[in-house]
Amino acid sequence: MNNKTIAAVSTAKASAGISVIRVSGDGAIDISDKIFKSKSGTKLSDMKGYTCALGDVYTGGERIDECIATVFREPHSYTGENVVELSCHGGVYVTAAVLRAVLDAGAQPAQAGEFTKRAFLNGKLDLIEAEAVMDIISSRSKASARAALEIKDGALSERIDGIKAVLLDKAAHLNAWADYPEEDIPEISSEELISALTKAGKELDDIIKSYDNGRILKDGIDTVLAGKPNVGKSTLMNLLAGFDKSIVTSVAGTTRDIVEESVALDDIVLNLSDTAGIRTTGDEIESIGVEKARAKLETAALILCVFDSSKELSDDDMEIIDSAADAPSIAIINKTDLPSKLDEEKLKDKFKEIVRMSAKNSDGVRELIEAIKRVYAVSDLDSNLTLIYNERQRSLTINARNCVHEAIEALNIGMTFDAITVSIEEAIAYLCELTGERVTDEVVDRVFHNFCVGK
Amino acid sequence: MSTYKAGHYDIAVIGAGHAGIEAALAAARLGCKTAVFTINMDAVGNCPCNPSIGGTAKGHLVREIDALGGEMGRTADECTLQSRMLNRGKGPAVHSLRAQIDRRRYSTVMKHKLELQEGLDLRQAEITDIERDESGMWLLTTRMLGVFSAKAVIIATGTYLGGRIFVGEVSYESGPDGIFPSAFLGDSLRKLGVKTRRFKTGTPARVKRSSIDFSELEVQEGDEPTVPFSYDTLTPVENKIVCHVSWTNEDTKQIILDNIHRSPLYSGMIEGVGPRYCPSLEDKIVRFADKKRHQLFIEPCGEDTEEMYLQGMSSSLPEEVQTEFYHTIKGLEHAMIMRPAYAIEYDCIDPTSMLATLEFKDFPGLYGAGQFNGSSGYEEAAAQGLVAGINAALKIRGREPLILDRASSYIGTLIDDLITKGANEPYRMMTGRSEYRLILRQDNADERLTPIGYKLGLISDERYSRFTLKQEQIKAERKRVAETVIAPSKELSEILVSRETSDVTTGIRLIDLLKRPELSYEALAPVDKSRPDLDRAVFEQVEISVKYEGYIKKQLAAVENMRKLETKRLPDDIDYMNVTGLRLEAQEKLNKIKPLNIGQASRISGVSPADISVLMIYLMKQNKRGE
Repeated sequence: MNNKTIAAVSTAKASAGISVIRVSGDGAIDISDKIFKSKSGTKLSDMKGYTCALGDVYTGGERIDECIATVFREPHSYTGENVVELSCHGGVYVTAAVLRAVLDAGAQPAQAGEFTKRAFLNGKLDLIEAEAVMDIISSRSKASARAALEIKDGALSERIDGIKAVLLDKAAHLNAWADYPEEDIPEISSEELISALTKAGKELDDIIKSYDNGRILKDGIDTVLAGKPNVGKSTLMNLLAGFDKSIVTSVAGTTRDIVEESVALDDIVLNLSDTAGIRTTGDEIESIGVEKARAKLETAALILCVFDSSKELSDDDMEIIDSAADAPSIAIINKTDLPSKLDEEKLKDKFKEIVRMSAKNSDGVRELIEAIKRVYAVSDLDSNLTLIYNERQRSLTINARNCVHEAIEALNIGMTFDAITVSIEEAIAYLCELTGERVTDEVVDRVFHNFCVGK
Repeated sequence: MSTYKAGHYDIAVIGAGHAGIEAALAAARLGCKTAVFTINMDAVGNCPCNPSIGGTAKGHLVREIDALGGEMGRTADECTLQSRMLNRGKGPAVHSLRAQIDRRRYSTVMKHKLELQEGLDLRQAEITDIERDESGMWLLTTRMLGVFSAKAVIIATGTYLGGRIFVGEVSYESGPDGIFPSAFLGDSLRKLGVKTRRFKTGTPARVKRSSIDFSELEVQEGDEPTVPFSYDTLTPVENKIVCHVSWTNEDTKQIILDNIHRSPLYSGMIEGVGPRYCPSLEDKIVRFADKKRHQLFIEPCGEDTEEMYLQGMSSSLPEEVQTEFYHTIKGLEHAMIMRPAYAIEYDCIDPTSMLATLEFKDFPGLYGAGQFNGSSGYEEAAAQGLVAGINAALKIRGREPLILDRASSYIGTLIDDLITKGANEPYRMMTGRSEYRLILRQDNADERLTPIGYKLGLISDERYSRFTLKQEQIKAERKRVAETVIAPSKELSEILVSRETSDVTTGIRLIDLLKRPELSYEALAPVDKSRPDLDRAVFEQVEISVKYEGYIKKQLAAVENMRKLETKRLPDDIDYMNVTGLRLEAQEKLNKIKPLNIGQASRISGVSPADISVLMIYLMKQNKRGE
């Protein structure tokens, strides 16, 4: 092996209890020895794999932090190379200082995903595992982390294997029937094939759908807070985000631009945009903000329409209701702490979900979260469900599903079974590619397993 | 005892079975001075396994052999007793031609063709020793101590090499049909460094026709009209015989189970690996225990013999057990066994030690074909023999080798499977082995391979001009079909309604009618007034190309992708142990097989997609370094 040694912070770049700096490559241990002095005096280069030592990290003779260094020796490490993991005290500054010390001692900064790439190239991970790990790295909430783990543990593979087994059985039957015309092979009917293929197609559809759900878990829902000025959008945003970000004043029209924030609510992530209050305005700068807000509404995946409970519905409110009509939306009746003047019945026609809350008093957040989950059917979207997680997997699944549909259509118009067989085998090939298996003589093997053929 | 110099040839072929015949004829026809050696002059082109040629996928092979300029198809047509197109109605990709043949006549005709071939000497001799002199010339010693020298040697020893027959507890060294085995060549090859292993196969009993009661058996007739194997056969072959069908029963099963311990397969006497698709009856009964009955076909072995072949009833049980269980079968109650069933074990090699030309990687000028390479079947053998013979001749004549890829033919698929995946059991061709089967049809073998055969010099000018005429007619007819508009009429409506497809009220293009699965060329004849008078085969090509257009296009796109990977060449001097990132299993397999390109590497079992990614990255790195 002749790889340069790379290093990076492998925990999240944020304040945390402990941060880990991972060093990987031929020189990982020697480089770490230059900056790490163990309390016992043992050098890392004298330590076996899977052992650790307590000590201090130094740079230019100056002590930076107390660390635990764990040594992994190739090939028994995540990347398959020599690896040292330095666990230091979490602060952003300390972590950066330790990493800099490692880089100064001779390591190169790791590119994004480079540890995983090396693990993959060294045969430690198969393609799907590597992709799942990439997704763990980038996943932003606990649900998507769980779902990503599921794939790694082979739950997707298991589900795909189930579908593949059905297709293999049919392909083997068709092959036995074609290759052994004079043997006693049970007839196979068009109806029987259509029924099995329809079931397989539906299961593939479910998996494809789970991808879209998966994206919701992983990337979050693009959510727009819409409402007239001063209905309390910014207060609501701040409540959800947990800290002040928008300027909150009681002067109508304060938020002139779009403020974006990702907030994690239980298992779901909302990418919140707090838009300028929509209203007809003479203020030039504010009107730019209003235009932006309207544009944002058109692309939103979820619109939270905020209304002021203490006021009657105005024309501006009605415009907002109309603009939210095409997207999944929730009506939020805010300021329930004030006397109510708003006619809720008018909203009931337009919105399936209406949540009453007082953002100022932090009331109603739980109800809002439950409403979002109902709109997105997130309650069905158990993260225990097996999910496909990236475009490559999605397109392979779609290809397989399309082959299955092609076979069904061909059966419906009375195409000969040789063509049907080719479509089914193509679907199998895509599924094998998805789980990273080699398409071998599976169909042929199945023929001999299932049928007594031969002279 | 001292040897003597017996002669020199460009190419020497060991064995005159189906592989040896094609190899020898092709080599001689390509201008090489060739000898073909047979242990017994009366066993040339013998068919000891069964009296038929072709069948599913095998029929494709015979058509391809013929299209490329081989002999099997023509001779099979001359000796046909009954011809059937299997799988009619299951789609053109799986239509397969099979002929019952007169096995004695087949042997006689083939022998005579070898005798008449210019530049070819057919000689009776057992080759006992093979070695290479310092100049690279191959030296073959015969049992009679003659030493022949040759620039290239093609080994096509079938089941003769180290052959051993098993019938129950009885076992002895023998080739098929009681002919002498090749008893010494195996040791000589092993001394040379060729690794061998044991495979086994078997054949059922032959019983006397007059001892069979046909009265209650189902009759199986040939198809009319018949289709020949060869594009050279211009007069239709004739159906001369019928076959019969019968079934085993619970009594048959019981007798076999009671005596299973006496089968050499189950007692452990046979170490060779047998094919799953050609199981003995005892295998079928043990492996598929819940099946109540198994089918058998009773087929005549020839016109001037009373021997009848019992297809499906292979066995290696003792002779008295065979007699007993055959007698439980309807029609065979009093059957007189003329030749008992037997299993035969023989030496063969691991075909992953060969190149796509069927030349050994480690022994330049040494080729193998047929069962010796780990395949099974007359047709598979002939296909390899043809390719080995052609390549040995091309090499000697300093021409580019002939490598048929998977998308070109079943022949290419067969060879690629053998040299890339190896064979854990005798390899039989099946349509399921080809991922491109909608374009590798038996009906277009000429389109795929005849231009290649012509360029090689194995197809006559006369035949080639017939071929090009047919191709032109297909093209013109396809154009006519696309341009012709059929006006709505009562006649057309009647055809459409009777075939249960939707009626038309406006004019419709002929091509759009032909696309419908319910309609055929034949059905549309009454309304297709401008149809020219052409051969049925021309219409067939047009009809298939129209009906399966979408599939054919898709497969052609897949072929293009495959061929792209095939162009990513892997240098043969890579030591895969030094390619970091490959898994150990992949490193070992790649080092063993030394694939020519990424495409072939991706088909090796044990090489994962991740390994292929690593190889691509490696290749990219190498190419950059080379720039």
